[in-house]
Amino acid sequence: MSWWSRIANLFRGERLSREIDEELQSHIEEAIEQGRDPAEARRAFGSALRLREESRDVRLVVWLESLRADAAFGWRQLMKSKMTSAAAILSLALGIGACTSAFRLIDALLLRPLPVSEPEQLHALARQYIGPEGKPQTYDSWAYPAFRLMRDAVKDQAELMAISYSDRTDVTYGPDAEMEKAYRQYVSGWMFNSFGLRPAAGRLFTESDDLKPGAHPYAVLSYDYWTSRFGRDPKVIGRTFRIGNDLYEIIGVGPERFTGTEPGTVIDIFIPTMMRPGVLRPDTAWMRTLARVKPGVALEPLRAKLDAISRAFEEDRAKGLGGIPKQLIDELLNQRLLLEPAAAGVSDLQNDYRTSLAALSVLVALVLLIACANVANLMAAQAAARAREMALRVSIGAGRGRLVQLVLLESAWLAFFAAALGGVFAWWAAPLVVNMINPPDSPPHLFLPADWRVLGFGLVLTVGVMLLFGLAPALRASAVKPVSALKGGEDPHSRRRLMHALIAVQTAFCFLVLFVAGLFVATFERLSNRPTGFSPQRVLTLETVTVSPQPPAFWDQVAEHLRAVPGVETVGLASSVLLGGYSWGNFISVNGAPPNGVLAYLLQASPGWTEALRIPFIDGRDFRLGDVYPGVAIVNQTFAQAYFNGEDPVGKPFEVVFSGGKRLRFECVGLVGDVTYRDIREPMLPQAYFPFDSVDAKGAPRPIGQGTFIVRTSGANPMALASILRREVPRARPEFRVSNIRTQTEINQSHTVRERLLARLAFFFGVVALLLAGVGLYGVLDYSVLQRRKEIGIRMALGAQAGDVARRVTGDVFSMVLVGAFAGLALGFASVRYIQALLYQVKPTDPRMLALPTLTILAAALLAALPAVIRAVRINPAEMLREE
Amino acid sequence: MPKPDSLQGSLDLLVLKILSRRPRLHGYAIMTAIQGMSGDVLRAEEGSLYPALHRMEEAGWIRAEWITKDTGRRARLYELTAAGKKQLAAEESRWLVVTAAVNRVLRMA
Repeated sequence: MSWWSRIANLFRGERLSREIDEELQSHIEEAIEQGRDPAEARRAFGSALRLREESRDVRLVVWLESLRADAAFGWRQLMKSKMTSAAAILSLALGIGACTSAFRLIDALLLRPLPVSEPEQLHALARQYIGPEGKPQTYDSWAYPAFRLMRDAVKDQAELMAISYSDRTDVTYGPDAEMEKAYRQYVSGWMFNSFGLRPAAGRLFTESDDLKPGAHPYAVLSYDYWTSRFGRDPKVIGRTFRIGNDLYEIIGVGPERFTGTEPGTVIDIFIPTMMRPGVLRPDTAWMRTLARVKPGVALEPLRAKLDAISRAFEEDRAKGLGGIPKQLIDELLNQRLLLEPAAAGVSDLQNDYRTSLAALSVLVALVLLIACANVANLMAAQAAARAREMALRVSIGAGRGRLVQLVLLESAWLAFFAAALGGVFAWWAAPLVVNMINPPDSPPHLFLPADWRVLGFGLVLTVGVMLLFGLAPALRASAVKPVSALKGGEDPHSRRRLMHALIAVQTAFCFLVLFVAGLFVATFERLSNRPTGFSPQRVLTLETVTVSPQPPAFWDQVAEHLRAVPGVETVGLASSVLLGGYSWGNFISVNGAPPNGVLAYLLQASPGWTEALRIPFIDGRDFRLGDVYPGVAIVNQTFAQAYFNGEDPVGKPFEVVFSGGKRLRFECVGLVGDVTYRDIREPMLPQAYFPFDSVDAKGAPRPIGQGTFIVRTSGANPMALASILRREVPRARPEFRVSNIRTQTEINQSHTVRERLLARLAFFFGVVALLLAGVGLYGVLDYSVLQRRKEIGIRMALGAQAGDVARRVTGDVFSMVLVGAFAGLALGFASVRYIQALLYQVKPTDPRMLALPTLTILAAALLAALPAVIRAVRINPAEMLREE
Repeated sequence: MPKPDSLQGSLDLLVLKILSRRPRLHGYAIMTAIQGMSGDVLRAEEGSLYPALHRMEEAGWIRAEWITKDTGRRARLYELTAAGKKQLAAEESRWLVVTAAVNRVLRMA
């Protein structure tokens, strides 16, 4: 033993040996100063110190070397049991991949700041009111005059911007026949400047491009649209295009990466707000208001100021509202303005999917935890098998730290492969989920970059996962007591206790996942099976526009032409499609009485419309050619209920009350069954239908610029007729053009897109969770039989029956499953209120909702226990005892 | 040249004695002092001196203190404690007894 290590042994501790080092170092310096030969002075201290003092890196090298050796050893351990390792990696990869996908989606939709300067200063204005069920509800639409008042009032504290809801509109660059769709957004002229954006080509709007209504026919293209539509052609600046009858000139292209302020929608064309028809109307709220709050401005006083202005505006406006019940006016005024951070922009997609994504990410996190518990159990079982090896390592001098490192490195291998595989999974799965959000006509576009945010998340997740499943077994392995382990085994129960606890946790999580999945699936089922009152099968809807408004007779002519197309059964014409998202509501007055506060929903339709949609007639007749608006009406049962006390209204008159007090008189000619009007979730609304053909106050036919042909086809696949009908419409009248064709089924299904997504994904992860938990249970039972085979052998030798053995082997684990299931149930009940908004007519306390996960888990547990039980019962006591 | 081991038993005495004459010396100074005062006859090797210093410090005979020298390098200075002075006296008298005894044997033999 060298003298240095003698000192080191004498005075343990890092600090002390460092002091000794330093003292000796100073000794050597002194010696050299006194003229001693440096090499000789150093040699006097022996090799240990020389190694240490030649380079401080030595220790690092030693550590790296040990790391390498342990990594190699861990790799060999992994390869020894390829199947288990592969299963572990696969289940972890699924968990990590799903979590990373969820993060990518949440990040892209909700977290990622807009690519503008100082996005954290951005806030969105919204209004909160108490809804019909006493629940607070918010909306964020504003009328331009109110916006203008607010903007002027807070100019010193914040810059307010008007940004319309994006819409998909028809754009023409050349002849009318080549009409195409583009996402359009009206924005304040100063928006680009306020966002600190620079044009990629041409110029962007300024405040002077947004001054007078209708005076600034300019457009800025988004970079993506410029790329996809024009191949980044710089000559596009100065080109013109038409939207309806308005001609716009392209003046510039926005910067790369800026796609507007609505995550989920990539805007194609920006247009100054002043170009919006009716921009200054006080009674149409058509835009959002974003505020860039200046640094150092307190939010609450700013909010209060805006609130006061908004309230004053609404009060002023309410004075001009005649014929609207007072309670509704009070509701309108009783609102609170909200100023919310909007660094990531604002979009409907965010609102629709915020809770859904949160719920889904909790589900995938639970799946990941189940996978972790599985791998932890696997590692614990392996560690048990290696207890002797560990004991040997300890007895020949391996430190605790080194053993932890050894086991953790094995976990690291697993985590590394799982992360790599999970990364591939996430890369593939996130866009897939976005594609599953596919309402017809406006599929969302989310940018899903794999940048440092996603990579960082993946890395943290991987390390977290590794510690989660690796640390407990590692610490346990390193705490092995050599004496007891070498003697033939420590207390076997201690290890099983950890495993059993993990089984309970797994079961609880699995129960929760299945429970929530069941709720989502039931919601989707109920929603898609909800009767709509009409038959969407084999129905095509042709949204049709005309170059300029055309006389009603021409519209009837086109409908007549379409009726003659082979394969067409019936054709109706309507102002809009059912469930298409449009709504037109007004109050109704019967016998001159004031409106009763119930809104009626209205639609204009031609003769044959009810037939095309198979809406049943209860009384009266359909419209005839020659019926006009205003004049006659067909109403539904709820309407009769709401305004005629359920009596048959056919032959009776009513009045529609418009804002401003104007009234129009109609006579009921027909009574039809209820149909869903606006949203598939809503109760049936009172509805009245008026003739499509309108006349003005003087009785002259009023030209119409857009309508929708409702075509019932005889073939099973209505889309087969789509291209023919698209061609036939302009052939009937050249002024007419089909701008969009959808099947009514597709429109109906668009209301359940979110529910379908949730149901599918939750079901998928429910199956995965069940599979993982089942495999985990199987593994633990199998291990415990293996470990207790001596005991079982003895018991059997003493006369235990197969049933006793089976009970003994599975008893503990099954009680853990029950504990877990109860915990899961409690968790489920606790979590339901967070997802209440996502459910439809599903009660979590419904026994069926509880029975499903319970029975599934029990069945899975029985299945998982079977092999272990068979193995236990088949133990041959004679052989087992001989082995000892 | 005597081997380090030839100092066995007397190294403590030498170190204590030197420190009693010249307090606050660092290890290297103690080593050169032993060498110089013995007329180059005695020599404490580093490998014996430092363990001895630390052992005596543990025993409470000497105490050590870090200082920063003008060169900026830190050095560890040793000095005698009260217990060290007692120990020196005891060691000294033991040494005298032993050497006297040895001398007597040498003379009589």
